[in-house]
Amino acid sequence: MDHSGISVLFEGTNFQRLLGGLWVTVRIAAVALIIGLILGIMLGVLRTFKNRPLRVILRLYLEFFRIVPTVVLLFLFYYILPRQMNFNLPGDQLATLVFALWVAAEMSDIVRGALISVPQHQKESGKAIGLNRYQLYRYVLIPQAISLEIPATINLATRVIKTTSLLMLISVMDVINIGQQIIEANNHSHPTGVFWVYGLIFLFYFLIDYPLSWWAKRLEKKRLERANG
Amino acid sequence: MAEQILRVEHLEKSYQKKHVLHDINFHVDKGEVVTLLGPSGSGKSTLIRCLNGLEEYQKGTITFEGKEIVPTEKNWQQIRQKIGMVFQSYDLFPNLTVMDNILLGPTKVQKQDKFAAKKEALDLLKRVGLQDYANVYPRQLSGGQKQRVAIVRALALHPDFMLFDEVTASLDPEMVRGILNIIQDLADVDHMTMIVVTHEMNFAQQIADKVIFLEDGHILEQTPSKQFFSAPQTKRAQEFLDSMDF
Repeated sequence: MDHSGISVLFEGTNFQRLLGGLWVTVRIAAVALIIGLILGIMLGVLRTFKNRPLRVILRLYLEFFRIVPTVVLLFLFYYILPRQMNFNLPGDQLATLVFALWVAAEMSDIVRGALISVPQHQKESGKAIGLNRYQLYRYVLIPQAISLEIPATINLATRVIKTTSLLMLISVMDVINIGQQIIEANNHSHPTGVFWVYGLIFLFYFLIDYPLSWWAKRLEKKRLERANG
Repeated sequence: MAEQILRVEHLEKSYQKKHVLHDINFHVDKGEVVTLLGPSGSGKSTLIRCLNGLEEYQKGTITFEGKEIVPTEKNWQQIRQKIGMVFQSYDLFPNLTVMDNILLGPTKVQKQDKFAAKKEALDLLKRVGLQDYANVYPRQLSGGQKQRVAIVRALALHPDFMLFDEVTASLDPEMVRGILNIIQDLADVDHMTMIVVTHEMNFAQQIADKVIFLEDGHILEQTPSKQFFSAPQTKRAQEFLDSMDF
């Protein structure tokens, strides 16, 4: 066969275009994770406070982003917000915003869970040396919570990276969308190209996500060893 | 007459329906060592935790260094720098080294000069025999070593008053002596004012100027130590002493 499917990957600028798409994917995921993690830590801390209205509002925020499917969130922000509220952003920035808000919601729950599992005694011995609430969180509770929550956070990151595959639905030129374009353009000359293009995309996602999930497992194992030692 | 550093009047504490402290009245003079004795569940720990605001109380007043404490969280933050507390379970911060555990209060809360605070921390560590452990993490220490660090951490704030809440209760027997010697030393050399909750009767007898005997949240007796151990005024205290091995 002179038109083997694999050659579609290297024809013209196809490979560079796929890498460019991958970069869009990674950039959106990375920026969303950075913003989302910072916001999520703050919201998680607020959720441990006794203030009831605040807790209810943050809980509703979490449940909204957890229950509504990500694709619906993307459509909501992409189609409805611009029309109803005259809120216009390019697709990739909008996707970053949606993912950041989603990460913040999930992260707030992870952080809250970790904070309340720091033993009560730690809080008391912090208070006993005169720490105020800010100092208690800053030097005692948050550092201990972070070591508890890192594996869950990394798992969240792998989920976010995987879910960026939905971006093509709001016309962001991510790796999947570009792959789809290449397949359609070459469908006639390379009928088996679809396997190679998706095969490569699979490899891309695997190469990004697998080390993360390996790292999460390793950290968790180390933490348990330390906790038992 | 000696200067009163702490005065507790008509203190009442309850959790929901359970009344745990009833009309507590006592005072502590400057330099005095008071031991708080009583059966388990008599309210000893609850009482000393009220004295630095870790427990809320419903009625009564606590006067510290001549000022009645208005029990807001902000005021307690100030007062806790003057009233150090050491707990049964040591509770060092596992995310910080020994030195950073000690320096957290002096440098972050009291804004002491870091260099001077560090030098002082090293002196204190030397005093408890741990000068070589400044840079290790708490998980690398034994229980007795952790408790010594916890004492140093409290002392680094220059408290006027110390509360010890069963600080030897979770230690191996061979570690107990070392901790008690440090407390004894604080009383003898520094003339530190303190309230000690303990089940070590020999130690209580040796260190205390005054004994407060608590049962079911009532103070049944407060007497000079000598008298308490030789001829307690109440039958319950006599029974309590008879039940203890020492």
